[in-house]
Amino acid sequence: MSASSREIEKLIGQGYKQGFVTDLEADTFPPGLNEDVIRALSAKKNEPGFLLEWRLKAYRHWLSMKSPQWAFVHFPPIDYQEISYYSAPKDKRGGPKSLDEVDPQLIETYKKLGIPLAEQEKLAGVAVDAVFDSVSVATTFKGKLAEAGVIFCPISEAVQCHPDLVQQYLGSVVPYADNFFAALNSAVFSDGSFVYIPKGVRCPMELSTYFRINAANTGQFERTLIIAEEKSSVSYLEGCTAPMRDENQLHAAVVELIALDDARIKYSTVQNWYPGDENGVGGIYNFVTKRGDCRGVNSKISWTQVETGSAITWKYPSCVLTGDNSVGEFYSVAVTNHFQQADTGTKMIHIGKNTRSTIVSKGISAGRAHNTYRGLVKVLKNAENARNHTQCDSLLVGDKCGAHTFPYMEVKQPSARVEHEASTSKISEDQLFFCQQRGISAEDAVSMIVNGFCKEVFKELPMEFAVEAQALLGISLEGSVG
Amino acid sequence: MLAIESLHVRVEDKEILKGISLNVGAGEVHAIMGPNGSGKSTLAHVLAGRDGYTVTSGMATYNHANLLAMPPEERAREGVFLAFQYPVEIPGVSNIYLLKTAVNAIRKHRALEELDAMDFIGLVKSKMKLVDMDEQFLYRAVNEGFSGGEKKRNEILQMAVLEPRLAILDETDSGLDIDALRVVSDGVNALRSKDRSFILVTHYQRLLDYIKPDFVHVLAGGRIVKSGDASLALELEDRGYGWLEQHAGAAS
Repeated sequence: MSASSREIEKLIGQGYKQGFVTDLEADTFPPGLNEDVIRALSAKKNEPGFLLEWRLKAYRHWLSMKSPQWAFVHFPPIDYQEISYYSAPKDKRGGPKSLDEVDPQLIETYKKLGIPLAEQEKLAGVAVDAVFDSVSVATTFKGKLAEAGVIFCPISEAVQCHPDLVQQYLGSVVPYADNFFAALNSAVFSDGSFVYIPKGVRCPMELSTYFRINAANTGQFERTLIIAEEKSSVSYLEGCTAPMRDENQLHAAVVELIALDDARIKYSTVQNWYPGDENGVGGIYNFVTKRGDCRGVNSKISWTQVETGSAITWKYPSCVLTGDNSVGEFYSVAVTNHFQQADTGTKMIHIGKNTRSTIVSKGISAGRAHNTYRGLVKVLKNAENARNHTQCDSLLVGDKCGAHTFPYMEVKQPSARVEHEASTSKISEDQLFFCQQRGISAEDAVSMIVNGFCKEVFKELPMEFAVEAQALLGISLEGSVG
Repeated sequence: MLAIESLHVRVEDKEILKGISLNVGAGEVHAIMGPNGSGKSTLAHVLAGRDGYTVTSGMATYNHANLLAMPPEERAREGVFLAFQYPVEIPGVSNIYLLKTAVNAIRKHRALEELDAMDFIGLVKSKMKLVDMDEQFLYRAVNEGFSGGEKKRNEILQMAVLEPRLAILDETDSGLDIDALRVVSDGVNALRSKDRSFILVTHYQRLLDYIKPDFVHVLAGGRIVKSGDASLALELEDRGYGWLEQHAGAAS
């Protein structure tokens, strides 16, 4: 191996910085899944009858389903009876009423992750919901948001305080029978965020949820529901990390977005679950269903994701363009290194007239990783003048990794215009030597080339997160030059 | 500035340079000429620190330091510049971003303050006039979609901005039409100074009509077989390399 390829490998192989464990007393269910576990979970959360019924229906349906096999990822079968379906930091005082009452150890954990929960220290203008294992531990700026009429709270709280909204919208975009992991999530989801933006309101700050898996042998099954009423708009961000463990842990989330007439939802993700070590041991299985419904006319939903973590990613944030003139967007950067596997992409379902969608996907593979783009563009019969543009680029670092592209198109309306562009390129030793000869180190050269490659996606991220995403990319690719 | 002593270099199992000795003083311009396969580009790459070459014996001292022990980026930061025969394309990275990253990496190494965007753009614009390049090139991806001549001009622009102490030009004249050759040569001439040395690697005498060298060396079969002043280049144009190659063959 040449010196510059050794450098690439060194660059890619850097450490995961969020891999610590917080030692907390936790209230954890014993491993195992059956109807009693679901009843116990629902009782713990004091849920209304309709929700328990829905969970049980989902569970019974899930029993009849098989884990999907079509994705380009490989892992041993998961034993769902080995997983604990609920873990929460033990609360000695019967639930925190305000930030002052949150366990200082939890505050410290989030501080270490760079997420200060104390409001005076907060990033100006970002409200945070912090989800730790199965429960939400803190939500900041609730008061200020309430003044604007915005509801931003843990979904378990929304079930108590706004049951009508939950009942009306939960499962309306991703029904419990949608797929294997969505059914499992519907049966056992523990917490997540709930957002409701009333008619005509522009949410006054960025909303953000920070997911943290801490406990061992537990799954995280969060559920996020965002409803944007007519002429409202909101920008929402999520971030995620987990400790370094040798076992694989399952994360099966569902996110549902609903945009009514003229509403806009921008959903950004910086996903940095523990990816496993450089030999492919451990890491999170990230099997997530994310879908937005542009239910109203002129509505718009935009997904932006930067995926650097997880041992396996199986994720297709999608848009159902129901309303006429609605717009769906998907901007993605997916980085895989070492033995990581990612099968990710999107679905754009054009139903309404004059609907438009844009897909920009940037896949980066290094080490021995495999990175797959899988996307569906579907234009139904009534979707006159539907437009789609897809751009799908892969970048290879080193010569042991792989990039794969599976675009699917189903067009049933003759006036539709669907375009697909794809490219694959490689960071070459010539490029690295050229940069080094200009005084730039190999590490900085890889990071410069990768950032250049991802520019179109990064510009879609809110400012503070664009900076974070660039830094994260540098860390993920450390040890990739070789 | 640069002292090369009895340098032997292998690529895989093949010995390419068989004992090169060369002294380049401050402010001097040396032309290295020779037939294809004589080792000219190998010499340029070894001096710049490219992978894949094994130095089996000999040494190269640059400003009293062991040049061959430095990683390539350190050589660059110490003022060694290589203008590539085939400049690479870097999609997605703009020319100006590359230049700024390079300038600041070099300034940092020299314990100078990094330039901010305003100062930097001022510096680059002043240098662009040297090579007659339009400002729009700054915002295009490095060499992507550039013509052969534009790529070479871009190399000279980088040289002008980075202000090296030792500039090695590897067949910069190859593939240039007469107008581009003139622009490139004017750029190089404008950068000549008493502190800056040049090594021009070239196959043809043509470049030396525009850039007048102080010394001309003929490389054949991995050795310098003849050295002289600018008149040697003219002699080569008349007589070709054949008579010198025979000479090299006899010596080996």
